[in-house]
Amino acid sequence: MNVAFDINGQPVEVQVEPRTTLADCIRHDLRLTGTHVGCAHGTCGACTVIVDGDAVRSCLILAVQMQHAKIVTVEGISNDDALTPLQAAFRKHFALQCGFCTPGILITAHALLTEEPNASEDRIRDVLSGSICRCTGYIPIVQAVLEARAAYQVQARSAAA
Amino acid sequence: MKLPRFEYASPTTVQEAVALLAASNGTAKPLAGGQSLVPILAFRLAAPSLLVDLRRIAGLDTIAIDDAGVHLGARVRWCDIEADARLATAHPLLAAAVTHVAHYAIRKRGTVGGSLAHADPAAELPGIAIACDAELTLVGPSGRRSVPAEAFFLGPLTTALAPDELITQIRLPPWPSARRWGFQEFARRRGDFALAGVAAFYDLDSAGHAANSHIGVIGVDDRPRRLTAAEAVLNGRTVDANAITATAEMAARIVDPPDDIHGTARYRRALLATLVERALTGAPAKA
Ligand SMILES: Cc1cc2nc3c(=O)[nH]c(=O)nc-3n(C[C@H](O)[C@H](O)[C@H](O)COP(=O)(O)OP(=O)(O)OC[C@H]3O[C@@H](n4cnc5c(N)ncnc54)[C@H](O)[C@@H]3O)c2cc1C
Ligand code: FES
Ligand code: FES
Repeated sequence: MNVAFDINGQPVEVQVEPRTTLADCIRHDLRLTGTHVGCAHGTCGACTVIVDGDAVRSCLILAVQMQHAKIVTVEGISNDDALTPLQAAFRKHFALQCGFCTPGILITAHALLTEEPNASEDRIRDVLSGSICRCTGYIPIVQAVLEARAAYQVQARSAAA
Repeated sequence: MKLPRFEYASPTTVQEAVALLAASNGTAKPLAGGQSLVPILAFRLAAPSLLVDLRRIAGLDTIAIDDAGVHLGARVRWCDIEADARLATAHPLLAAAVTHVAHYAIRKRGTVGGSLAHADPAAELPGIAIACDAELTLVGPSGRRSVPAEAFFLGPLTTALAPDELITQIRLPPWPSARRWGFQEFARRRGDFALAGVAAFYDLDSAGHAANSHIGVIGVDDRPRRLTAAEAVLNGRTVDANAITATAEMAARIVDPPDDIHGTARYRRALLATLVERALTGAPAKA
């Protein structure tokens, strides 16, 4: 089947079987390999991407469901010039080791802080409970997201003004 | 893990969707949020010929509140329930229970209809449906029918839904503002399915005694169920520590919990007693 959507601001059109998951479509057809697949059944969070503003599991979505959708992957929340506040905070706090879970966690944190710039530490922990990290022990990840929160708050204030 | 091969359709009306299901002779399946169905496909526990995606059908995603209670459309997502401030008073028990369902990203896709049709014995919404005497609306080729929750859940992942029927909505009867209630569950990690959970409420009669008590439980049987014998212990009594202990003891006695890798039956029984106690102890304070 043919399906057309926007990914990281670029319109794309792909030809996929109905059984192709969005995760496989992003990695194999679109060659955006930043999105990782850990479990392929919804439990690990590594494949999380943003669809129409919502952080969702790309392994539990069919690519054919994405007609007209706006998708953002981890590639879409970085830029070539400098580290984003989220990236800088992850680096500072050693919030990654092997990095396998990191794309899903960055996307989840970005979606959360965009939607709820004033998310409390408890809320951040609650949301991050959907991502499994085998390396870091989570504490540095929580610290990094808490530190990056300030930048999202500034952005939300200037958007409101 | 590659999913098995299937065809895909995304009709725009309930009638069209039902016609597609009926034409498949029971080999097609509706697709809502995909948060239970896609894992099942990934494990190849099912191999439907066709997935009928409900995403383009209008009118299934509304939350309506009126004199008949709270009406949740089948495609209402967990995050929609969470975001609806009216539910804090219109149905606080529902609002509290749904905070325990899954994780942030799963809550953005998972739906009411999918959870009811999937009928996991530990899922929260089926437990609320049973505890609150909810009524489901099903639409099939020969029209619409209403099914009480009590008659809908038949066993683990087994319901009264025919293969060519869709759930279009669930109605929870009106919630009196003075009602006392509590929701308690225990899971190993936040967002995981509960080892056991309790949704309890009661009203007070003119003498200040518990009346109309409803105690629904999840995770301790092959389906969500009400513990009528435990409710009978509570009804007519002043809700004090003695009444609560007696109710919790009865609850633990009458359930038949599974023995599995997540916990022994004995452990779940003890856990249930504690959760019933906590649900009822917390209840009066919220009124
Ligand atoms: C990691 C993880 C953790 C989870 N934790 C929890 C939890 O703690 N508690 C909990 O309750 N759930 C949990 N879930 C399940 C989640 O809530 C699902 O979203 C829900 O059970 C199914 O909803 P869905 O919309 O995704 O349905 P789908 O997966 O699309 O469908 C599920 C089933 O329902 C059928 N169906 C869907 N809609 C209809 C309809 N309108 N009429 C008839 N049949 C229909 C489908 O054919 C399928 O058989 C979890 C899921 C994951 C992946
Ligand atoms: S790969 Fe999608 S949640 Fe693990
Ligand atoms: S950094 Fe290795 S899994 Fe998280």
